[in-house]
Amino acid sequence: MVTDFPYPRLGRHALDLMRLIREFESRLAGYAAAGLIRGSTHPGVGMEAVAVGVAIALRTDDTIASTHRGHAHCLAKGAEPGRLLAEIFGRSDGYCGGKGGSMHAGVAPHGILGTNGIVGASIGVATGAALAAQLRGQDNVSVAFFGDGAINQGIFHESLNLAAIWSLPVIYVCENNQYAQSAALRDMVANPDLTARANAYGIPTHAVDGMDVAAVYRAAASAVGRARTGQGPTLLVADTYRFLGHMVGDTEIYRDSAEVDRWRARDPIPRLTAELVERGLMGPDAVETVERAATQLVDQAEEFARRSAAPPVATAYLDVYQPDVHQEAR
Amino acid sequence: MTEHLAIWRALNAALRDALAADDRVFVMGEDLTKWATGGGIYGVTKRLADEFGTHRIRDTPISEEAIVAAGVGAAIQGCRPVVEIMYSDFSLLAMDPIVNQAAKTRYMFNGQFQVPLVIRSNGGSGIGKAAQHSQSLETLFAHIPGLEVVLPATPDDAYGLLRTAIQSPNPTIFLEHKALYNVRGPVRREPVPFGKARVACEGSDLTIVATQLMLHRALAVAARAAETGVYLEVIDPRTLYPLDLDTIARSVAKTRRLLIAHEAPRDFGFGAEIAASLTEQCWDHLDAAPVRVAGARTPIPYAEELEREVIPDEDDLVRAIAQLVPTSAGIRTSQS
Ligand SMILES: Cc1ncc(C[n+]2csc(CCOP(=O)(O)OP(=O)(O)O)c2C)c(N)n1
Ligand SMILES: [Mg+2]
Repeated sequence: MVTDFPYPRLGRHALDLMRLIREFESRLAGYAAAGLIRGSTHPGVGMEAVAVGVAIALRTDDTIASTHRGHAHCLAKGAEPGRLLAEIFGRSDGYCGGKGGSMHAGVAPHGILGTNGIVGASIGVATGAALAAQLRGQDNVSVAFFGDGAINQGIFHESLNLAAIWSLPVIYVCENNQYAQSAALRDMVANPDLTARANAYGIPTHAVDGMDVAAVYRAAASAVGRARTGQGPTLLVADTYRFLGHMVGDTEIYRDSAEVDRWRARDPIPRLTAELVERGLMGPDAVETVERAATQLVDQAEEFARRSAAPPVATAYLDVYQPDVHQEAR
Repeated sequence: MTEHLAIWRALNAALRDALAADDRVFVMGEDLTKWATGGGIYGVTKRLADEFGTHRIRDTPISEEAIVAAGVGAAIQGCRPVVEIMYSDFSLLAMDPIVNQAAKTRYMFNGQFQVPLVIRSNGGSGIGKAAQHSQSLETLFAHIPGLEVVLPATPDDAYGLLRTAIQSPNPTIFLEHKALYNVRGPVRREPVPFGKARVACEGSDLTIVATQLMLHRALAVAARAAETGVYLEVIDPRTLYPLDLDTIARSVAKTRRLLIAHEAPRDFGFGAEIAASLTEQCWDHLDAAPVRVAGARTPIPYAEELEREVIPDEDDLVRAIAQLVPTSAGIRTSQS
């Protein structure tokens, strides 16, 4: 078990990442209102500590499979904000040339197997990536991010069982933000202790405070260590909250603002900031520096994405299949 | 006085009337009672829980396979379930209960059981929902013996076809179009029979068979064509199964030319089925081979420029019409 968070080595990095994600995600509603984003966009404001705490426990060649609420996972795993935003704007410089958008952004060199429009799908994809690592004798691991809504899909149960019997190097990270769209977790499960599900499949599990990046990191690093050394899967259940609506445009009639305020008081960013200041790893004046850096990065990303051209229409027909493979057969 | 309603409201009215008329009817699906619309992703179940209670308007966990399967079981045992699948793309998670259970139960058990299940969902592209929220999957379902497949394009049909679907003893896949929910029109509040195509516009020069978004585009083109003395007959089959080939055949006997337009990819689509059936049935009446105008063989891309590219627009229809009706060269394109 990893018992401590290496504040000197990773603290500031984690803070910078969380602040970047906060800034990036907070601007999306404005971009949508300005007509820069189409379709559905799901910001993860409030949930930064889960994405970051897990991602900084990973290597670049480890893989993640993400969800509809996946920008934070991508940024934490090393995606460039400009290219990610260009994808969300549907531009040619986006990671997927504008074909994917917010819900289908993948970044192969960073092991980001994609955000996903199908709730639960990440769980199966990550399980398969872990199987590949095992079959190829590689020591990389894979992570499935998914929500408290996804655990009621059959694929959650089927995948955990597979990973358990084959001892696959996969970490299942349930971001329990208490709601699946408008459905409160308490109405959708009879047993709110989600770790009980791992016990059912014989998988080690931890409940972690998802508003504390250090706690998430410790649990993730332990699980990664187990997976990398052939000890099989782990289920982490991170309690967290989305400060904004389910997607841009949500009026949030299913929850009251007092509840939102209670969770906002547990904001993971001031919490880590205070830890770093208290430990003398950061002066109080550095707080502003961190914020400015995040603002600047997202300003640059926005500039880049806005300038990026629309994708050429001919690209609509590319990559449905790999070209020229069956030439000889014809 | 006839009401004028948007499609989503017509569907809401049909559910309300069906729930009031028959206490075997119940509705279940994700986010039906507390979502921002007041009822489901596009508002179709708005306020129904207030009127009928949450035992009849049931919010479910995200478990498509289980809720459709539960719908099958409840239907077999005498209920009239209406299951809402938030986007038709997610019905693919429920393919076993739809295809192996609902569609086959009556037949396998020699008629002992029936499955009066309705699965409501939405398909179609056009609003940037990208590859996993924009598919047109109707042909997949129409291919399966035992399923009925409905594609409403107007408020009156939305109301009337949904009432018929709920009354039908067969499992029905009811696919709304996400870009048409706000289309308004008169609603008579009468059931609309399955297997009866609607001649949406009469004409003598060419028969166009089209559904949903393509129907509306074909009607816009037909209006412009009429200004130039070219008369297009536009037919909405309304149900893919049962399919009203007779109405189409009668039209083709008059116009001698056939064009089929749909949003789903052209390859192996229902356009091919209609073209083949009409060719077999009307060979002697046809002056030209039937033509299909349909989606490209690609998933639906996100970027607006790309999404527009892969779905037929009015200009694609005008070009195809020109190919079939030489005198139609004067129809304005949308740019002109
Ligand atoms: C198979 C499937 N069913 C339903 C949806 C619609 N949908 C998108 S996100 C969502 C809620 C997901 O909740 P959760 O898993 O808790 O993730 P969160 O949004 O809270 O991050 C729903 C119902 C979907 N995208 N895919
Ligand atoms: Mg959730």
